[in-house]
Amino acid sequence: MATLKAIRKRISSIRNTQQITKAMKMVSAAKLRRAQEAAVQARPYADKMADLLKNLSSRVSRAAHPLLVMREEKRTQLVLVTSDRGLCGGYNANLIRAAEAFIRKQGSDKEITLTPVGRKGADYFRRRRGEASDRYLNFLSTPPEELAAEITEKLISRFVDGETDAVYILYSRFRSALSQVPALERLLPVHLDDSQETDQLIEYLYEPGVEELLASFLPKMIEIKIQRALLEATASEHGARMTAMDSATTNASKMMGSLTLQMNRARQASITRELMEIVGTAEALK
Amino acid sequence: MADKIRLRVVTPARLVLDEEVDEVTGPGVKGEFGVLPNHISFLSLLEPGEMSYKQGGTRRFLAVSGGYAEVLDNVMTVLASVAEFGSEIDVDRARMAKDKAERRLSELQFEDKDFAAAGAALRRALIRLQVAAKEAR
Repeated sequence: MATLKAIRKRISSIRNTQQITKAMKMVSAAKLRRAQEAAVQARPYADKMADLLKNLSSRVSRAAHPLLVMREEKRTQLVLVTSDRGLCGGYNANLIRAAEAFIRKQGSDKEITLTPVGRKGADYFRRRRGEASDRYLNFLSTPPEELAAEITEKLISRFVDGETDAVYILYSRFRSALSQVPALERLLPVHLDDSQETDQLIEYLYEPGVEELLASFLPKMIEIKIQRALLEATASEHGARMTAMDSATTNASKMMGSLTLQMNRARQASITRELMEIVGTAEALK
Repeated sequence: MADKIRLRVVTPARLVLDEEVDEVTGPGVKGEFGVLPNHISFLSLLEPGEMSYKQGGTRRFLAVSGGYAEVLDNVMTVLASVAEFGSEIDVDRARMAKDKAERRLSELQFEDKDFAAAGAALRRALIRLQVAAKEAR
C-alpha cells in the first residue's frame, strides 16, 4: 500500500500535468479556429481555379503540356504532410500508417521517393528508409503560400526532367475537430476530368492563347492544391491536439479522483491503526 | 440587359471584393483591357499591375499581382495571388521595399540570378505606390 505522502505527491504531479494539458487544449482551440478560417477562406479561389482548368483542359490534348503527360508509373514521389510536434493523439500515426500502406501497394518493383513535410513523418521514415533528399520541417512557421511555392517548384522540375513519373500527396483532411482523415491525391500528372460532355463548353475569348494560359495555369494549380493540403493539415493537427488534450484533461481528473479516494482510505487506515495502538497500550498498562 | 456587372476579386487568402459595378479595367498580358456589363465570355492572363472599377460615381483602385480574369454571364472573376485596395496599402512599407529593390538592382549585374527577382520586387513596389497615390486623391 502506497504511503500517504507518496499519494499526495502523485496527486499534485497529476494536477500540474492537467494544468498543462488544459492550457494546450485551449491554445489548440484558438489556433484551430484561425486555421479553419484560413482553410475556408481559401476555398473560393481553389474552386474557381478548378473550374477554369476544367474548361481549358478540354480544349487541349494530354500531349499539349509536359505536366499533363502520362507515363508508366515507375518512379513515384510521395509528399507526406505530418505535424512537427507530437501530443496530438493518433494524428501522425494514422498518416504514417496510410503512407506505409501506399508504399506497400506500389509494390517492390517501383522506386518511391518520399518527401516529408513535418518533422514527425521525417523522423519515422529516416529510421526506415534513410535520409530523404528533400524535406520540409517546421512548416507551421512558414506561410503556407511560400512553402507551397517552394515545394511546387521542386516537384515540377523533377517531373519535367523525368526523374519522377507521378507525384502524390498524402495529408490529413479536416472533417471536424473530432475527425481527421488521411487523404491521398495525385498532383502530377495533373488530373483532368475527361468525362464531361462537349456541349457544356463555354466559348471564351482567350488572351493570350489557350496554350499560354494553360502553361501558366498548371503550375499554379499544383501550388494551390499543395497550399490547400497544408491548410487542411494545419487545421487537422490543431483539431487532433485539441481532442487529445481534452481527453488527457478528463483522464487526469479521473485519476485525481481515484487517487484522492485512495488517499482518504490510507489516511483513515492510519488513524484507525494509531487508535488501535493507543487502545492496545492503555489495555496493557491496566 | 443588365446595366451592372458583378465583380469578384478572389485571392487564396480571402475574398477581397464581391460587388455590382459599372465598369472594370484590368492589366492583361496584352495590355490594359476594359470590361463593361454584358461583355462576351473572356479569359485572360493578368500582369502584375493596377486594376480599377467604377461604381456609381466613384472609381476605386486595386493593386494586383499576376493572375487570371474570367468574364462569364455578366460576372467577372479575378483570381490573383495578392490583391489589395489602395487604401489598404502601407505606403511606408512599399517605399522601403522600393528603395531596397533599387539598391539590390544597382549592386547586381543583369546576368545575376537574382536580377529578375529584384526587378519584379521593384515593379511590385512601384505599382503599390502608384495605386496608393491614386486612391488617396
